[in-house]
Amino acid sequence: MIKAIINEIPVEVPEGTTILEAARKVQINIPTLCKHPDLTASAACGLCVVKVRKSRKLLRACCTPIEEGMDILTHDPEIVSTRRTVVELILSNHPDDCLTCGRNNNCELQTVAANFGIRTESFHKFVRDIPKDDSTGSIMLEPSKCIKCGRCVEVCQQIQDVWALSFLQRGFHTRIAPAGDIKLNESPCVKCGQCSAHCPTGAIFEQDDTVKVWRALQDPEKYCVVQIAPAVRVAIGEAFGMAPGVNLTRRLYALLRRLGFDAVFDTNFGADVTIMEEASEFVERFVHKKGKLPLITTCCPSWVDFMEKFHPDMIPHFSSCKSPHEIVGVLSKTYYAKEKKIDPEKIVMVSIMPCTAKKYELTRTDEMFASGYQDVDIAITTRELARMIKQAGLDFAHFPEEDADHILGDYTGAGVIFGATGGVMEAALRTAYFLVTEKNLGKVDFMNVRGLKGVKEASIMIDSTKINVAIAHGLANVEYVINRIREAQKKGEPMPYDFIEVMACPGGCIGGGGQPYGVTDEIRLLRSKGLYQDDQEKSLRCSHDNAFVQKLYNEFLGKPLGKRSHELLHTEYKSRPVYSR
Amino acid sequence: MDKKVFIKDTSAGAKDQTRDFYTAFIDQLRQRKLENSVQLIRVADIGVYNQGIVVRITPDDFLYGHVEPKDIPRIIDESVVGGKRIDSLVCHHVSKQFRIVLRNCGVIDPENIDDYIAADGYQALAKVLTEMTPEQVLDEMKKSGLRGRGGAGYPTWMKWKMTRQAQADRKFMICNGDEGDPGAYMDRSVLEGDPHSVIEGMMIAGYVIGASLGYFYIRAEYPLAIDRIQKAIDQARERGLLGEKIFGTSFSFDLDIRLGAGAFVCGEETALIASIEGKRGYPRPRPPFPSVKGLWEKPTCINNVETLANISAILLRGGDWFSAIGTDTSKGTKVFAVTGKVKNSGLVEVPMGTTLSEIVMDISGGTASKKRVKAVQTGGPSGGMIPEDFLNTPVSYETLQKLGSIMGSGGMIVMDENDCMVDIAKFYLRFCVDESCGKCAPCRIGGTQMLNMLEKISDGTGVSDDIPRLKRVSAAMQNASLCGLGQTAPNPVLSSLLYFEDEYRAHIVDKKCPACRCGALFRYAIIQDKCVNCGLCFRNCPAGAILGDKQSGYTIDEDKCTKCGRCFEVCRLNAIFRG
Repeated sequence: MIKAIINEIPVEVPEGTTILEAARKVQINIPTLCKHPDLTASAACGLCVVKVRKSRKLLRACCTPIEEGMDILTHDPEIVSTRRTVVELILSNHPDDCLTCGRNNNCELQTVAANFGIRTESFHKFVRDIPKDDSTGSIMLEPSKCIKCGRCVEVCQQIQDVWALSFLQRGFHTRIAPAGDIKLNESPCVKCGQCSAHCPTGAIFEQDDTVKVWRALQDPEKYCVVQIAPAVRVAIGEAFGMAPGVNLTRRLYALLRRLGFDAVFDTNFGADVTIMEEASEFVERFVHKKGKLPLITTCCPSWVDFMEKFHPDMIPHFSSCKSPHEIVGVLSKTYYAKEKKIDPEKIVMVSIMPCTAKKYELTRTDEMFASGYQDVDIAITTRELARMIKQAGLDFAHFPEEDADHILGDYTGAGVIFGATGGVMEAALRTAYFLVTEKNLGKVDFMNVRGLKGVKEASIMIDSTKINVAIAHGLANVEYVINRIREAQKKGEPMPYDFIEVMACPGGCIGGGGQPYGVTDEIRLLRSKGLYQDDQEKSLRCSHDNAFVQKLYNEFLGKPLGKRSHELLHTEYKSRPVYSR
Repeated sequence: MDKKVFIKDTSAGAKDQTRDFYTAFIDQLRQRKLENSVQLIRVADIGVYNQGIVVRITPDDFLYGHVEPKDIPRIIDESVVGGKRIDSLVCHHVSKQFRIVLRNCGVIDPENIDDYIAADGYQALAKVLTEMTPEQVLDEMKKSGLRGRGGAGYPTWMKWKMTRQAQADRKFMICNGDEGDPGAYMDRSVLEGDPHSVIEGMMIAGYVIGASLGYFYIRAEYPLAIDRIQKAIDQARERGLLGEKIFGTSFSFDLDIRLGAGAFVCGEETALIASIEGKRGYPRPRPPFPSVKGLWEKPTCINNVETLANISAILLRGGDWFSAIGTDTSKGTKVFAVTGKVKNSGLVEVPMGTTLSEIVMDISGGTASKKRVKAVQTGGPSGGMIPEDFLNTPVSYETLQKLGSIMGSGGMIVMDENDCMVDIAKFYLRFCVDESCGKCAPCRIGGTQMLNMLEKISDGTGVSDDIPRLKRVSAAMQNASLCGLGQTAPNPVLSSLLYFEDEYRAHIVDKKCPACRCGALFRYAIIQDKCVNCGLCFRNCPAGAILGDKQSGYTIDEDKCTKCGRCFEVCRLNAIFRG
């Protein structure tokens, strides 16, 4: 432990703690626009400067580790004046269109400017006219609003290992863009949206599709159905000042009905169906040796895109099963439409997702039109739904609770944990156990696949057979797992794993690129806790026990991996070389 | 031993005649079939100034000044072949210079390792490797008091010691040859003129810190320096001076070259490391310092070219010898690149503590225009302007800093009364704005805003508030910029404001540029009383801005006038008004 003094208050912190973190321990917030708890300090903004006795220069609190006996001053007239000037300088290089900006009221720069009480602009306005990039349809790049904090570049390169974003040019002309100054959709971007979730301003933003949703809801000819992803329910409350991890499932059902949706479904039901297919697929490959092992999950469209671009040799290992919301989508326009005798052409399926890549997934391949129509019409993120609720004037905090609509709305505990890293694996293991042994597990919790460790490896016993699994989240962590597979392939050794789950975003979907701002590991853990709690409280915790899933198979699909399942619930992958133009 | 003849035209101002003289000399040698036994070398600096064409003959060490082409046959016959001095040609110039760093520049053939060895080259290395422990070398370096010549003046021994103490499986030595200050070329001269001395310094440093690989980081705009360093490395390798088990000891060391692609900020050590690693040349926060985590995350010591050129001399002659030169806190000598309005521009190496006046007035001969020196700018774009009143200041790291400037890498630009301080500050600031990497907001935006204010001031649209605003942005840049570039970029503005605020006020309030440099703030007119209608100005005006004829007289059309000053220069009757 290191002892130091901050503003005459003694602090004791572990070695390696930065001045910024240590100051928070004694209730002092040092302003910063570039440091994010997920990322290493880039030291770009210059706001966090502090004085250290005996040091001639001001030091950056974000990246200076505290040293024994340091005597630190975080606020004095000179420091505050320096910060103020820096904020003014940043404002002089930033557009003044706060009122029409997507980050209005939710912008870190705006907050800092408000805190410093800047009332006049003392400097010449140099706002650069750089065109927007909306080429992906998922993420909008607006470089003129960029303050060059470097968070997006760091998260894209270091956390996600995608390297779609970089800095171009230098000095005053520095800007973010894909390397080579191409469009984002021509770059290796996998649309995970982590850049947008980490951007302190409105420079990177989810493509806003709320207008499309309003238009559908107002069209009397349309039959609007909606589904919410598992991770949305434990995070959307944050946009309304509630604590992270509070489970708002039943309140969301009621809200969505009030917004005008004709039927409210749950992606968790689709997750249960996914498990029926994927667990069967695993058993096919593992027990009956049909197909390659390890089996790799494919619920995450960013991961699918990443794999197609960077690791196409893994395609044979991929589960062909679609992601849960696509499954609910296709079933709503086939099974549900048939049951309720609705013309599927009139159905508009809206997915509420924690994810920006789901927008891309909607038209990813021809299989996304398996119903004969686009299976899911619109995907909006948690952040977009929060805006819609506010726009509609609905009082989230005091809203009543309701249930989802049947046949595509009921779920088990296995379905809801899909939103956390390790959840798909855990849900699949519960059902795989049943499929292999025809017995239900006594204890369904697999604690060793949970948690925020980048790569989790575990061995699970099904009766007397050992299954080796790996779970990776945050795309940079995938490399390790894939390299182990490739090495085993090369050496002709037995595969290190039988089953692998990958989620692109750190923490899984609860940390998705479309979730409310300000995520940290602490918040990721709270959101996951909310999901695991929901699982715990469910009477049914295995997908195959879901009565409506059983009904679906009995009355419509037949059996898992059957002909109709294949037509509706499965997809294909193809190699897409990076930087194809 | 073979004779060598070094030549250099030292006359100031006029066209450099070295090349023609060289051709004439080699012709004469050929006629005597001596071209293979006498080596004729053109050098960039020969140590004396304003002595016409200077010829130095070694090993006899004859130095002739004001040599004419007609003297060539005599020189060859009597001195080169005959070995006799021609007294009538001897150059009696007494230099106040004292050369340690430049000791071999212009004296030895930089492409021949034997020349360097004959000048005691690699003897310090032999001594260090066979007789001294790294600790003993550190002691000697500590005694010498040598401080980094790249600008910041950090004690070299401490840098070495910290890198030595860091625990790692590999360590690296880097020579920073990314010299980028406008007008500075001392590192280039050393790399081109005495590459082996830098290599020897690198090897000794590598031995002390425990590195087995070193990199030269040299800007790509220095092709000759790169070529000569490469040749020197190859020759040293051939002789077994680089490679495995040097001098039969357990010490192995090798060198490689990396080229800088022209970014000034890559002279900053963390940006330099990023550049060698193949990344964008962005500085990163320190700590960790490179001595702990540097190149490829390994402990790395980065020394400047000039620093390294001192090493072998110090270890051969002892730390005490070196520390006897200079002032209490700044030891040894410093090379300055004196340029600007000075009569003899060139490299000057003087002991620390020599006054600015001695350098500018005595060694470099004062201004070429014979006008008063208005100020001396030291330290390049990170330095400041020192006004004439302070020319008696002895040069050292501390004294220059006290005056609001810095030693920097040793650029020294002399300004006379025709230089406008706002204009000069603008020049340096524009350099820093152009070279800012763009990573941190204070430098990226602050520099641009300051430049905008200076441009307004010199355009005549400045307002009084601009001065406090310039000071406010300067303070923010100094306090909050990430690296030295941004922290020091306001120095030229601040120091010119400190000593020449009146000149700023003249621009802002009176809308006048006292030095008549800022085009928008002065005008030319014909003083009709003095004008004799000779038409000289009319014929010389490149812009066609002078109207009239010999009968009716002349006037200047201010709309067309580009303020080039040609009319002012050509008028023999001082009939052109400027102001």
